Order: sequence, then C-alpha cells, then structure tokens
Amino acid sequence: MSTFFAMNGYGFYIWSAYGAAALVLVIEILALRARRKSVLEEARLAGPEEAGNPAEAAG
Amino acid sequence: MSLNWFKFASPATFYPLAGKMIPWFAWSAALLAVVGLYMGLVVAPTDFQQGDAYRIIFIHVPTAWMSMFLYVVMAIWSALALGFNTRLSAMMAQAIAPTGALMTFIALWTGAFWGRPTWGTYWAWDARMTSELILLFLYLGVIALRHAIDDPRRADRACGVLTLTGVVNIPVIYFSVHWWNSLHQGSSVSLTKAPAMAAIMLTGMLIMSLAAWFYAIAASLARVRIIMIERERGAAWIGELTEVRNA
Repeated sequence: MSTFFAMNGYGFYIWSAYGAAALVLVIEILALRARRKSVLEEARLAGPEEAGNPAEAAG
Repeated sequence: MSLNWFKFASPATFYPLAGKMIPWFAWSAALLAVVGLYMGLVVAPTDFQQGDAYRIIFIHVPTAWMSMFLYVVMAIWSALALGFNTRLSAMMAQAIAPTGALMTFIALWTGAFWGRPTWGTYWAWDARMTSELILLFLYLGVIALRHAIDDPRRADRACGVLTLTGVVNIPVIYFSVHWWNSLHQGSSVSLTKAPAMAAIMLTGMLIMSLAAWFYAIAASLARVRIIMIERERGAAWIGELTEVRNA
C-alpha cells in the first residue's frame, strides 16, 4: 500500500495533482447544493403573487 | 422524429427534464471515474521515460480538453442567445462558465505538478501554458462581468460579446505547440495518426475524459436549474414547484 502511495518517488506530484482536482470538484458540488438551497428558499419567500418583472417571466 | 425541440427551449419545460438527466450523468461520471482511476493508477504500467509522473495525464488531458470544449459550447449558447434572444441559451452559457473555469484551473494545476518532475519547472511563460491561463482569465472575466451588471438581459448580451471575442483564444491554445517552440509536447492522441501511447493508457485516459464530460454536463445542468429559479423567481411555474413550496 505504501509503495502505491509512494509512486516510485513521484507521490508528492501525483497526489498534489489528484488531491487538488478532487478538492475542487467537491467544493463545486457543495457550493451548488448550498446555492440551490438558498435560491429555493428565496423563491418561496418571493412567491408567485408579487411577480417581479412580468416581461422577464414571459419573454 | 417529430420531437419538438423548441418545447425544451422554455425554462418551465427544461427545468424538470434537466432534473431527470442530472442523476444519470452524475452517476455515470462517478462510475467511469472509478474505472478510469483504477486503470490509470493501478493497472497501467509505469512509463519507461517518465516513471510514474506520467499518471497525471489521466486528469490533466481530460480537464484540458474539457476546458476548451466547454468554452466552445458556452460560445455557441452565447451566439444563440445573442442571435435569437432566447432566455434558456443565455442561462446555459451562464451555467457553463464556472465549471469551465474549474476545469481550466485543474488543467493548469495538474500541468504544473507534471511539469516540475519532467521539465524541472512548475511554470513557464510558454505559448501553451500562457494561452491556457488566458482561458482561465476569460472564464473569470465572463463571471465577473455577469456579477457587475444588475439587469440579467443586459448581462447576457455583454457576457455573450465577451465570450465570442474570447473564442479566438481556443485555436491559439490548440495549435500553440505547433506555432511556437514550446516546452509542452504535441498531442499524444490524434484522429489521423495512431496514438503515441500504450493501449491501456489511452483507454484509461478516454474513460477519464468521458467521466469529465459527464461530470461537466451534470454540474452545468444543476447550475442552470439554480439560475432558472433565481432569474424566473416570481413566475407561476416556479411557485408551483414542490421543492420551492417545501423550501
């Protein structure tokens, strides 16, 4: 197992590359989830009654 | 095929369709990534020239391809939005930009950590790398411009024009290794020549590319749904969504 992670001496470069890529994707997924949650809440609070800009909605 | 594609050009009909598509693309991406990573990190043999450093190829090349491909897709949606003034096209262009920026960042970052052990440097102001960095700035510029303009329809037009202007950078990135002397190697995979790499490496890379592709589709669709709710908030169809009522 430790030989796998050592990657014949290239472990630092390989895991820095793979680790950062994984981290970035996880951040994107979590950010999308959080934004969806807040946007849904805002939409509920806005409600269809007080429709903001009819042109935007009909366009 | 009597399918009416214009039907899907309306956010109200595209929203639920995108919602159904996201899990398929997301799970396919995850599955392909597991297979691709296993092939790339475990099955594929050590390269005789570069040792194990070459294994960065399995994320570097797929994300670099996606960074360019997503920009072209974003430009096509922008052109449609500018030409036909369609809301969904503009929203699609808006939704792709952050994922494109992330792909570009990963391509640059993994390239640096590949360059260090093979060329002896993390970074060089080389044609390929500089043009890819410009691509990152184009993505970030489009995102920043969007945030700087309050009226979404005006932001659509401004971002569309900026996106289309930036398209000139794509062939520059692609051909940079031929046009200039570059540290960066030419492509290992071409449509006209036999690939210059072992079959198992090539297969792993193609599987990872498919995973990156599906991931980008899932992420963009998830984001376009958020943008729809954000921009159409107050429209009747938004108020009727169960997820909005239960939020």
